[in-house]
Amino acid sequence: MRRFLLRLVFVVALPVVLLAVWWLASDDSTDVYWPPLRTILKTFPDVWTAERLRTDAFPSVLRLAAGYATAAVTGVALGTVIGSHRRVRAVCEPVMEFLRAVPPPVLIPVIMLFAGIGDTMKVVVIASGCVWPILLNTVEGVRAVDSVMADTARSYGITGAARLRHVVLRSASPQIFAGLRQGLSIGIILMVISEMFAASSGLGFTVVQFQRGFAIPDMWTGILVLGLLGFLLSVLFQLVERRVLGWYHGLRASTRRSR
Amino acid sequence: MLDVRGLKKVYEGSGRRVEAVRDLTFTVGAGELVCLVGPSGCGKTTLLKCVGGLLAPTAGEVLLEGRQVTGPPPAMAFVFQEYGRSLFPWMRVRENVELPLKQKNLAKDRRRELVADALRSVDLADAAGAYPWQLSGGMQQRVAIARALAYEPRVLLMDEPFAAVDAQTRADLEDLVRRLWRERAITILFVTHDIDEAVYLGERVVVLSASPTVVQEQLKVDLPDERDQLHTRVAPRFAELRTHVYEQIQAAKRGGGTTKSDAPQPL
Repeated sequence: MRRFLLRLVFVVALPVVLLAVWWLASDDSTDVYWPPLRTILKTFPDVWTAERLRTDAFPSVLRLAAGYATAAVTGVALGTVIGSHRRVRAVCEPVMEFLRAVPPPVLIPVIMLFAGIGDTMKVVVIASGCVWPILLNTVEGVRAVDSVMADTARSYGITGAARLRHVVLRSASPQIFAGLRQGLSIGIILMVISEMFAASSGLGFTVVQFQRGFAIPDMWTGILVLGLLGFLLSVLFQLVERRVLGWYHGLRASTRRSR
Repeated sequence: MLDVRGLKKVYEGSGRRVEAVRDLTFTVGAGELVCLVGPSGCGKTTLLKCVGGLLAPTAGEVLLEGRQVTGPPPAMAFVFQEYGRSLFPWMRVRENVELPLKQKNLAKDRRRELVADALRSVDLADAAGAYPWQLSGGMQQRVAIARALAYEPRVLLMDEPFAAVDAQTRADLEDLVRRLWRERAITILFVTHDIDEAVYLGERVVVLSASPTVVQEQLKVDLPDERDQLHTRVAPRFAELRTHVYEQIQAAKRGGGTTKSDAPQPL
């Protein structure tokens, strides 16, 4: 119990300090663009009503989920194929490096031409940005399957789908998760950016609307909501990761101890 | 049971051509425990992988019960030296042992029975729910042995399985292998670089030359069936046999033929 409390203190200490600094520093601010934190927090409940969450936050999260899921499935599937075959890898690698180097926001105007300005466009933009870290990390993870494990699987007749499911993907899972985590933060960025182009709902859209309407405290609340959303998603991600990669953290801890 | 005929393996890659195994011929009878011993780097692992169907030989063939081995046969199980990399760290002990059985399409009850029996045989019934990395090195290798046993092989291939564990654990594991061999009547081909281990364990010792490998000598171990670490290892006959094998290996390293040693009668 005491250890739990201590951990809780460590977790909340810095955010509390930062908020306090912000509060004090902005308290007597008269600058229109830097409203006091007090004003921002007071505006918060008025702006983020259940209705607004339904019409703006919910569509954003839905688009992010659709884009991220598409990227995860595509990235892991393609990455497994590319990582398992040396020839495919030799052909694909230069192209992948090029495509990865293209900043995804620059694709928005292009994607708009094909996918219109609706939700499809936003989902495609999010997916096309998230997919690269997931894909490249999966390729590396699948490639790095230990030779002894591969021999073990072969000698015990573990081939085909069972090999993929029980050996290759599990062995690559720490790398895949590293890619998924990078992908998630890129996804949130792209969700906001895609909503700043030709949108009529969403968190990015709302923030831009407030800014254009000189509703500055409202704009700041939008930024806070985005920060909270990102934080919430990363906590969720960690929970899933801890479940799926429990063995990996245990293994790492045990090798550290034995050294 | 197991026939190795004129086996040759040449590795080719990046302009280098390495002849790991030149010409090997030997047989292992049904229910026999044969130890392969040779100087380090003599292609023992290559040889065992060829026997197990994990590597295709450049020339020659391996026959299991008269049929040529072209891939890993279901009647063979492999125990690797690197237990830490051979067990799947994302699976608990029970799942590690069970996975190959699922591939054999055995019914769930039968699988459970085999897993429990195999773990009991290696005294690890309590560890079924643990992850391999929570166990000591010796225990991990016992899990790997249990996995091989549950697979119900007729031939068990062991590639320097105890090279990475401490001496005391090693002695226990050697006795475990002897016990399992006698209880279960499986044929075992055991590769080691340790001369004492080869003589202690084997019914027969095949001495390999330095790379490129050929059979230097085959030696019948005429020690009693009942062996134990304390008495067997100090028996005069044990000393004679190990001295003989040692001389053979020294000769093999020098690349020479057989040296004279009058004590044992080579086969």
